[in-house]
Amino acid sequence: MQLTLEFGGGLELLCESVKIHSVNVDPQVGEEKLTMKDLLSWVRANLIKERPEMFMKGDSVRPGVLVLVNDCDWELSGQLDTTLEEKDVIVFISTLHGG
Amino acid sequence: MESNGEDASRILREIETLKAAKADIEHRISVLEARLRDIPLPNDAISGVSCSSMSIADSAAGHGLSPDMIYRYSRHLLLPSFGVQGQSSLLKSSILVVGAGGLGAPALLYLAACGVGCIGTVDHDVVELNNLHRQIIHTEAYVGQPKVQSAAAACRSINSTIQIVEHKEALCTSNALEILSKYDLVIDATDNVPSRYMISDCCVVLGKPLVSGAALGLEGQLTVYNYKGGPCYRCLFPTPPPTTACQRCSDSGVLGVVPGIIGCLQALEAIKIASAVGEPLSGRMLLFDALSARIRIVKIRGRLSQCEVCGENATFTQQKFQDFDYEKFTRSPLSTTPLKLNLLPADSRITSKEYNDRLVNGEAHVLVDVRPSHHFNIVSLPKSLNIPLSSLETRMSEISSALKEEEEQKGSNHSGTSIYVVCRRGNDSQRAVEYLHKIGFTSAKDIIGGLESWAHDVDPNFPTY
Repeated sequence: MQLTLEFGGGLELLCESVKIHSVNVDPQVGEEKLTMKDLLSWVRANLIKERPEMFMKGDSVRPGVLVLVNDCDWELSGQLDTTLEEKDVIVFISTLHGG
Repeated sequence: MESNGEDASRILREIETLKAAKADIEHRISVLEARLRDIPLPNDAISGVSCSSMSIADSAAGHGLSPDMIYRYSRHLLLPSFGVQGQSSLLKSSILVVGAGGLGAPALLYLAACGVGCIGTVDHDVVELNNLHRQIIHTEAYVGQPKVQSAAAACRSINSTIQIVEHKEALCTSNALEILSKYDLVIDATDNVPSRYMISDCCVVLGKPLVSGAALGLEGQLTVYNYKGGPCYRCLFPTPPPTTACQRCSDSGVLGVVPGIIGCLQALEAIKIASAVGEPLSGRMLLFDALSARIRIVKIRGRLSQCEVCGENATFTQQKFQDFDYEKFTRSPLSTTPLKLNLLPADSRITSKEYNDRLVNGEAHVLVDVRPSHHFNIVSLPKSLNIPLSSLETRMSEISSALKEEEEQKGSNHSGTSIYVVCRRGNDSQRAVEYLHKIGFTSAKDIIGGLESWAHDVDPNFPTY
């Protein structure tokens, strides 16, 4: 399944300062659907090059990270249970506090 | 040289004359202010630091705008979707800007220019030279002066017909309720996590809409909280981020125009809410990426029914707000004073003065600078070896060969060559020395206070940043 992943607000520093990643992720063997939970563990294993604790906590993202599936807060689509589809755009953004 | 001397004394005389004129004008202003205080105004419009809505005298047209106001704000009045109604509402509104820095600067300028009846600003900081590249409300003449004073003077010089209130203090739980309650809406233009939670909670308790902006590096974010049933900051971020995820402009840098853009957008959202025009950015968030020239507006969650502060069963009262410890909750300080670690025993550390003595005595040593390379490019000590902390582990061989080279040059043996570690402020250097001790370089020492203490105690001409 072809997906576009974007990292922002400093999270891109965890994946070699690359903000936009075009990736192919397939559902796990025996599964029909790919969920956000699957994608997070894929991201952690394949894209996060340093300090994984700055991206994840437990099996979800750490506090202060917003997850957007097609420009929509993942809270509105079922968080970890959100089912992903071909060509979805998923944004991971760390909140900023500076000013 | 003689003519230089004459020039100098002429300039000094002119300064004295101007200072006398300034004192005279200030005296006349205070006399006028005293007279104004004695004139009773309807609704107690102007009284000390309180910021109740401005009263607008009725005019023949029935909209209350004076001829001067009509002329000054004519371009607003000509907008069909804004018009007399929008401008009258603005003139009657009061807006508090918390933080007169990178975000607050343009926000304050636009709010003053467009005729918001009363503008308050809270900040306890003074203007510093390294603020001026982004905090465009301040000028060189105000370096060392309180930011609120500088910002208020700039606003008054743009628009002398509105009220500007200076709150020259740090916002904290003991004064926030009193200050915020005097305004219709609040702009969060602060730079730290505990302030953001505190301001949002206070706005919920008082029922004020909050225009929240943030900027760092080359990115900015903007949204409106607590507006007509929309989410508050805690609905989005019930748990504070780890302190290591909270970068500051003074560490990570910021392109000046980025907070400028976000601050302007904050002014825009505040103007829309105050004049009841358009659709405020509530339940949505604007994400700005300057480098790729991209603005993304995303839909965010609504009010969380189980939110601890604004949720259905929330019991967050004014009293609870005042007792809440925001620094403890977020594990970070309300002020942005830099962290001062103390990881090493005293005999593993030397002061910058001691290091200078050893340098002067020609002691055989290697100086490792563990700052990131773009910091090293700004300024560095002569003959220091730049190995950023993050790559120390993989680049140990460079330290070993530097030690060998120094031994050959100075004719000392291996154990006689010291390793000193320096960074910007003396925190990362301690982390690096901890690692060096662990892998066997037990005599490695860090320079207390880093390059900042070098500039302070040894070489006042050494640049700081």
